[in-house]
Amino acid sequence: MNDVSQSLSDYEQAARQQETRRNWLLCTPALVVLVLAASGPLLVMLFYSFLKSGNYGGVIYEFSLDGWFNVILVRDIFDDVLRFADAHLSVFWRSIKLSAMTTITCVIIGFPTAYFIATRPRRSRNFWLFLITIPFWTNLLIRTFAILELIRNNGVINNLLMDLWLIDEPIQIMYTDTAIMIGMTYVYLPLMILPLYASMEKLDFQLVEAAYDLYATRIRVLRRVIIPLIKPGIVAGSILVFIPSLGAFVTPRVLGGGKNLMLGNLIQLQFDQGQNWPLGAALSITLLAIVMVTLLVYVRYSQRSGGQDG
Amino acid sequence: MTQFIKKSIVALAMVAISGSVFAAGELNLYNWGNYTSPDLIAKFEKAYDVKVTVTDYDSNSGALAKVKAGGHGFDMVVPSANYIQIWINEGLLIETRPDQMSNFKNVAKDFNNPSWDPGRHYSVPWQWGSVGMIVDTSVYKGDINTSAIFLDPPDELKGKINVAPEMNDVISSAIMYVGGEPCTTDKAILRKVRDKLVAAKKHWLSMDYGMVEKFAGRDVAASLYWNGAAYRAREKNPDVRYGLPQEGFALWMDSIVVLKDAKNVENAKLFQNFVMDPENAALISSFASYANGITGSEKYMPEKLRTSEEINPDPKLAAAGKFLPACSPEATKMYTAIWTELQK
Repeated sequence: MNDVSQSLSDYEQAARQQETRRNWLLCTPALVVLVLAASGPLLVMLFYSFLKSGNYGGVIYEFSLDGWFNVILVRDIFDDVLRFADAHLSVFWRSIKLSAMTTITCVIIGFPTAYFIATRPRRSRNFWLFLITIPFWTNLLIRTFAILELIRNNGVINNLLMDLWLIDEPIQIMYTDTAIMIGMTYVYLPLMILPLYASMEKLDFQLVEAAYDLYATRIRVLRRVIIPLIKPGIVAGSILVFIPSLGAFVTPRVLGGGKNLMLGNLIQLQFDQGQNWPLGAALSITLLAIVMVTLLVYVRYSQRSGGQDG
Repeated sequence: MTQFIKKSIVALAMVAISGSVFAAGELNLYNWGNYTSPDLIAKFEKAYDVKVTVTDYDSNSGALAKVKAGGHGFDMVVPSANYIQIWINEGLLIETRPDQMSNFKNVAKDFNNPSWDPGRHYSVPWQWGSVGMIVDTSVYKGDINTSAIFLDPPDELKGKINVAPEMNDVISSAIMYVGGEPCTTDKAILRKVRDKLVAAKKHWLSMDYGMVEKFAGRDVAASLYWNGAAYRAREKNPDVRYGLPQEGFALWMDSIVVLKDAKNVENAKLFQNFVMDPENAALISSFASYANGITGSEKYMPEKLRTSEEINPDPKLAAAGKFLPACSPEATKMYTAIWTELQK
């Protein structure tokens, strides 16, 4: 009896092992593609950032730290004095500032929107969600040009304000940081609404009623009941908005007029007119590092607050 | 017998279908954006049964970097005069000898032996023009024949100025404005250039392309830009005028060349010869509104364009223009450094 069960469990274990092995084998092609496609280009970037830049773009295969050196410091072209690369720092700062402002604006607009959808009758929710996804049907570039059409001096918004005699001269929105922020908010808003909706849908509204029964004010209900419960949604939405904003390229290119660079544009400049590929590569890796640090901070933060709630 | 007839009908049908859908050859043209006449392409496709694909770029350096990186699949590219030597020295071009082609006789005397391609062994004229100031005269009524428009801007124009993001055009305009010669390596001059540009930049609105539309919509009031675009902008906004800076302004010519790793070399050569025909060159100009350097093409151009002040400037004003030479590597290196500093 004992022997039989023993051999049975041996047999089971062997079968299970075999299955595990087979699963791994079946996954291998996908894993290989994923690892190569995700880390391959990054490794090339890392490699290029330690090379010398070629005369008209490209790289010379000689070790050099100039790329990394130039991220932080620049040598004055006339008197060879080393200075801080304040130009780079200002682009970094603008990117982080605009991405943070975009994220906050998305929360402010996305929160009531998601709340509205989550409080509709179950049948009509899909319809509202469907409306949110409509912008995704159109190409990003076309949507960005549509924004340009709205905010330009002769555009819809300025013409409307002038027709209403609210302003005498068009407001300069196009080609400013504000324009970039408006564009990014529009583009990334659905990425905020969807996770917010997902966590609000799970929200037990009886808790909200209970809070009201206990004489909580509206603000208090929002701050002490609703926001803590949907925090995972806010965190997820913020990550989904903040990270693509940091690396945004098309929106600042079209709406910023080539003068208000963000990180993505600064990197592109090095590979194009700047003709300094190692610097471009080093800047890309720096961007990656910023994103990773931000993610870690977010994850840490959300885990800790999650632990408290539990 | 019936079998044979059936088979031949099928075969004929196949030939007919393939003839209408697939052209015999291909040609991949890599050209500046909004610069290639669709009529010209259609005419070439019809004449030689070649399918032409056009891809756009927006800067000399961008095009160079992309082609150098390889794997681009292009056959022809249209660099500016001061870049042609770089393309040749980097070994990227085929010596197609346009000077021995049948239509070479049509190339205007001024352009058949240029300094950037002696004897025209590589390149065929595409278009040429000037770098000047486009100004909306409803905003600014003063003198527009000066680079001060973008370097020492009058109050009316501050915050409404665009500068074309093309390094050589911007730097050489600024060099001539502070009293130097294009391609100079004189550090005293270049320091003045850098300081002038950096100080002026805070009055600029943008450094962007696509100015025809922007002037039409009155989004910008002045721009360092090119004469053909000025003509097209004036067509859409009658207040627009084109000024030629009397401190000195740059002339440029873009020429079409064949790449060393081209797959359709014979079609590319056909195309080079094709665009030296006056009637075809006129198609290029009618589309992009620049002169083309082919004698006899004027009579095929629209009257309005041929007589426009952008293409036929007052000779007194035009005297201040000069073709940009190909600058030495050390000059280019310093210009790139100034340019990078300016762009950030």
